[in-house]
Amino acid sequence: CSRCEPRLPVLLVYEVGGISGVLEALVPFLKKYFHLITMKEFLESKDRFAAQVKAVYVWWQRPIIDRELLKSLPNLKVIANSGVGMDHLDLKLISEFGVRMVNTPQAVCNSTADTGMALLLAAARRLVEGHQTAVSPDTKYFLSNWLGEEVSGATLGIIGMGRIGYKVAQRAKAFDMKILYHNRNRRRKDEELVVGAYYCEKIEDLLQQSDFVMLVVTLTPQTYKLIGKKEFELMKPTAILINISRGQVVDQDMMVEALKTGIIKGAAMDVTYPEPLPRDHPLLQLKNVIITPHLGCKTHRSYFMITEEAVQNILAVLSGLPMSSEVLPD
Amino acid sequence: MEEQDHPYTLVTAIGGADGVYEDHVEFLQKNLKLITMKEFLENKRDLHLKIKAIFVWSLKPVINRELLQSLPNLKVIANSGVGIDHLDLRLISSFGVKVANTPFAVSNPTADLGIGLMLASARRIIEGHQMAVSPDTKHFSAAWLGEDVTGATLGIIGMGTIGYKIAQRAKAFEMNILYHNRNRRNGAEEQAVGAVYCEKMEDLLRQSDFVMLAVNLTPQTCKLIGKKELELMKPTAILINICRGQVIDQDALVNALQNGIIKSAALDVTYPEPLPRDHALLQLENVIITPHIGSATSKIRRLMMKNMVESILAGVRGLPVPNEVHG
Repeated sequence: CSRCEPRLPVLLVYEVGGISGVLEALVPFLKKYFHLITMKEFLESKDRFAAQVKAVYVWWQRPIIDRELLKSLPNLKVIANSGVGMDHLDLKLISEFGVRMVNTPQAVCNSTADTGMALLLAAARRLVEGHQTAVSPDTKYFLSNWLGEEVSGATLGIIGMGRIGYKVAQRAKAFDMKILYHNRNRRRKDEELVVGAYYCEKIEDLLQQSDFVMLVVTLTPQTYKLIGKKEFELMKPTAILINISRGQVVDQDMMVEALKTGIIKGAAMDVTYPEPLPRDHPLLQLKNVIITPHLGCKTHRSYFMITEEAVQNILAVLSGLPMSSEVLPD
Repeated sequence: MEEQDHPYTLVTAIGGADGVYEDHVEFLQKNLKLITMKEFLENKRDLHLKIKAIFVWSLKPVINRELLQSLPNLKVIANSGVGIDHLDLRLISSFGVKVANTPFAVSNPTADLGIGLMLASARRIIEGHQMAVSPDTKHFSAAWLGEDVTGATLGIIGMGTIGYKIAQRAKAFEMNILYHNRNRRNGAEEQAVGAVYCEKMEDLLRQSDFVMLAVNLTPQTCKLIGKKELELMKPTAILINICRGQVIDQDALVNALQNGIIKSAALDVTYPEPLPRDHALLQLENVIITPHIGSATSKIRRLMMKNMVESILAGVRGLPVPNEVHG
């Protein structure tokens, strides 16, 4: 019946499947709680659905939330974002329309912290180069003096000690790493003790002492190009920079310079600006760089957990219940 | 006496592909009188009675009967690393010569590498990098996924010093840890890392998402992981080898990887090293291979070298030898 209102609240997603759509395997779960429509279906029958869409599930930055879309969804109550980063959303605009925003911070932490450690170890021990050497048609023998950097007992400086940063610290502690951290707010003493982390009120102190510097901040106007020329020069020449936050937290041109001239030893980044980088970008040519395709929380299990958390948050808003993952404009 | 203070020590070479490191030479020469193989061969008559020690670095020089016979005053052989499967301990002992290795120095970096390989294979770091830098890449797919390490089950085969350090690290990733070992560890040790003993290796293989090999190579562990063991593993399981290539039946591994019997493998060690360039393992997408870099950090190689010097100095003086390997 084309004029019937669906029993379940209507949830708009960009698409299902393909390289940017919601994973097919997640659809049965979503359909338990929502009447699911894709952007294509919405555009084809705007009249039917416009007033019914109560929630949008933004999956890896799609659909793009702009004024036009918001105007066309008069009864939209909540936008749920997969993952934790919200920098691609105009929070002020969305809030003007009285729409609430939620993300999924719990679901992403472990996988993203694991990615941070994976990149730290891969960069320190030169795993990408090592594999290339091991499989190269030109390799005749393995050189004995082919060396990496020791991780156990080294100093890790964590910039951004939120949920993810703290999980990184928990993992690093098991490698007997000395942990320094810099954060907007200092953590409680007992939290610091558990992971053996020392607070550096000044980011300079952290940069000067760290063998590995890991960026785990949210992208905001304050953290934009947080790591630039000055910061690179403060770092040890043997230091390795790991970025699992957002590409824009680093001044990329300065990083290229720093890597080319030995101001720092190497870098491993799961995030760049843009993603992917243009194919002629200098970062792609450097031997002392590892780049991964923003795989921070891209595991089967995390995808389920992200969607579970998003659904919980959406339902909480729709039923007027309190929830913890609301994101407010600054 | 001068000779005891600066014992004549045979090394393969200084510098080059498998010689002692140039930046270690200063320390070495403070303590030892280094004689390269070339110098020895050119001057056997003068040197053969003087050499009291051999410094085996990257498996060289090769210790055989001929060499042992030509060095009647040899007291001690110090070997870099913990594996001594390339040394005929019985033969060496029959000449009254002591052997020392460097088990503790290598334990942290090897454990680190084991965890690094586990993370790299689970999260497809090498493949990911290749995609991120490939000239053909136009966008990153949201559907390209790896597997979680946090919360997964790790089965450690070989719970010696290195295996235990792996367990300590894995615990911080909230992994469920199973282990199989010749001897069971004590209750306190198991509890400290939350490790559950599997008396039967089969039980470990069936339940693990990641299987990590950290045993010594002995006649008992040669081809420990073969067709049967691979078939017991989950089809989603990842095998990591940081001990010796011969612990795995390599042909069975190739077959298992080609046919989805296990998901993937990460190998720091193979047999031989390097593999022939046409070997099937080099062609597989679901394999990471690293060039035997378990202990390859500047800090640790220097520590290994110093440990070996200590062992040599003690051995030459007739004192108890630190890190002595007993046959």
